[in-house]
Amino acid sequence: MSTQKLKEIIKQVLPDVETVICWQEGYDKLNVTPIFITSPEQVDQVVWNPLCAQNLASYLPSQKKKVAVAVKGCDSRTIVQYMQEGLIDRNNVVIIGIPCKGTVSKKKVQKAIGNEPVEEVTFTDGSIKVKTPSGEKTLALADVCPTKCTSCQFPTPIVYDQLTADAIKSDKPPESVYADVAELEGKTLEERKAYFASQFDKCIRCYACRNACPMCVCQDSCIAETRDPHWITQKNSLDEKVMFHMIHALHLAGRCVECGECERVCPMEIPVAKLKKKINKEMKDLFDYTPGVNPEDKPPMYTFNVDEAKIKEHKL
Amino acid sequence: MADKGYLPKEKIKEFVEALGKDAAVYAPCLEGDTIIFRQYTADKEISLDRPANTPPKGAIYPQCETLLSFEFKKDAATPQKMDVELKANTDFPKAVVFGGRPCDAKGFTVIDRVFVNTDTADPYYKKRRENTTIITKCCNSPYAGCFCVGVGGGPASREGSDVVMTEVDGGYYLEAVTEKGKAVMSLSMIQDGSSYEAKAKQANEKATGAVRNPFPADARISPELFDSGDFWGRVVDKCVSCGACTFLCPTCYCFNITDEQAITTGERIRSWDSCMFQHFTLETSGHNPRPAKYKRFRNRVGHKFSYYPEKYDGAIACTGCGRCIRYCPVSVDISEIVGYLKDPKADPKQWAADKKDAKN
Repeated sequence: MSTQKLKEIIKQVLPDVETVICWQEGYDKLNVTPIFITSPEQVDQVVWNPLCAQNLASYLPSQKKKVAVAVKGCDSRTIVQYMQEGLIDRNNVVIIGIPCKGTVSKKKVQKAIGNEPVEEVTFTDGSIKVKTPSGEKTLALADVCPTKCTSCQFPTPIVYDQLTADAIKSDKPPESVYADVAELEGKTLEERKAYFASQFDKCIRCYACRNACPMCVCQDSCIAETRDPHWITQKNSLDEKVMFHMIHALHLAGRCVECGECERVCPMEIPVAKLKKKINKEMKDLFDYTPGVNPEDKPPMYTFNVDEAKIKEHKL
Repeated sequence: MADKGYLPKEKIKEFVEALGKDAAVYAPCLEGDTIIFRQYTADKEISLDRPANTPPKGAIYPQCETLLSFEFKKDAATPQKMDVELKANTDFPKAVVFGGRPCDAKGFTVIDRVFVNTDTADPYYKKRRENTTIITKCCNSPYAGCFCVGVGGGPASREGSDVVMTEVDGGYYLEAVTEKGKAVMSLSMIQDGSSYEAKAKQANEKATGAVRNPFPADARISPELFDSGDFWGRVVDKCVSCGACTFLCPTCYCFNITDEQAITTGERIRSWDSCMFQHFTLETSGHNPRPAKYKRFRNRVGHKFSYYPEKYDGAIACTGCGRCIRYCPVSVDISEIVGYLKDPKADPKQWAADKKDAKN
């Protein structure tokens, strides 16, 4: 089992690092939470299962010393992007790669079990069995996975120092990645505006999406809160909420590694990743660039070419 | 007026619409998969199936409130003179908060001590609070993260409510707690409820027994552990410093005041602030007394479980609604942390024992 292998690797790398960042069981059986391991006794608390959806790579830029981190394929794109942008020193990170067949969206499971308290959770290949006071329910992982898993192209980490299991290949067609965006593009501008207005109206400006985003580097200097420049007021009107989300999305143009953290953490269940994916699709079409895939790449917005192959303005 | 009644489920809409005749009714409304307290209108769907994602706090203490609006005016005769005209409004309509949970209703009592029961009452909150009737739905069972019984509440607690309703036999048993609540009971769709009283009591007792209490009885917070930076560093490592916990909290009342001005007109607004944000304590000089997230987190726990109780006769500024646990991006569990602090065997040394520090 890869959990056993994961624990073995952690024990092996622990003497060489300050901390190992992994997952442990959370406040109930349907929740896992990060664990920052500093001593061998903590290793037994480590869990690895489809509930380990959180992208732990996000913690890397704030670490001051050498650390090890457990990453899934999708999470590894964060590390690759950090390398491209010079946000981490690769020599200070030990990457424990976990080949992953898909994670579970806690929100989707809760909905499927009628929000009952969870007593027990077990996984079998391709399904999750949840025990609640009113009985047991078995759900197919495919039905309760986050959107990102339905089109996963990188089940095995792109960069790693150790792997917990044999590498696996994606069985999802590359064109499925932007299927949800295509659906959005099929709508008229008015329909799209109404859709986003109804979604962002739920926003409470808690900034969970921003703070959980691995690529949001401004953090405490975010223009959503600064008084200088005073671009966004502290009002909770739809205009201000949309403005914040637009800025978040635009700052991620050609940088969003599509880890889905923004959407996973939203307490109001707003599909916040959609705007970012749409912009990523545009960036892919314009610059043939996919964020977080090749450490040698330069993000397109970090460079400037007078003649971009697909931007025609100089040849009008 | 009767103080007991019964409301069949199919009459909920009719009941809410009757309440809305002379008041703004805030109810838990379903939007996609999210349940949010909104001002009820006929196109909205009320959901009492689970506690709402948000507490109803905003109905009385809005996330953003205009304290006053201002306009700079020039006198044509003496153009060097600039006057500013101020307008403030505390004339709020009657309101009803319908379908919150006992933890939500109790949340208002926490805010009352600060904003109403003081020499310098807040005119905005006070007026809204006086104008609002709170009709609360008791919980049938606990939800993920709930721990109301651990902080002196319960799934059928009446504190802060004017009417409490308990789900029984295809409807709700209603009981008026205050005079304001009795006025509600006179509405025509409320039937005689006396025959449901025993059943409701039974349901409430069952629900109360099912809620977890994460704290040992009569345990006090260990001041040594509370002061340990190592402890906080360890339990708060994973926090991402967002404001989900505070903005979803039925008791958090900290705010920011900003002037939002455009050329010659503007508003002075009060908006919710979060002690988890770095800016919260940032001073004009650039100094920040709580620069690290663990210091901010310690303040949040300290405020709810230590400083507030010290000031208000032991009352805890947490109602155990569980939202900060349920919706935390990284599943930080405040009840677990307070549990460590209240553990009679709490020992700061346990938390300080870090292999790297020991080596250095």
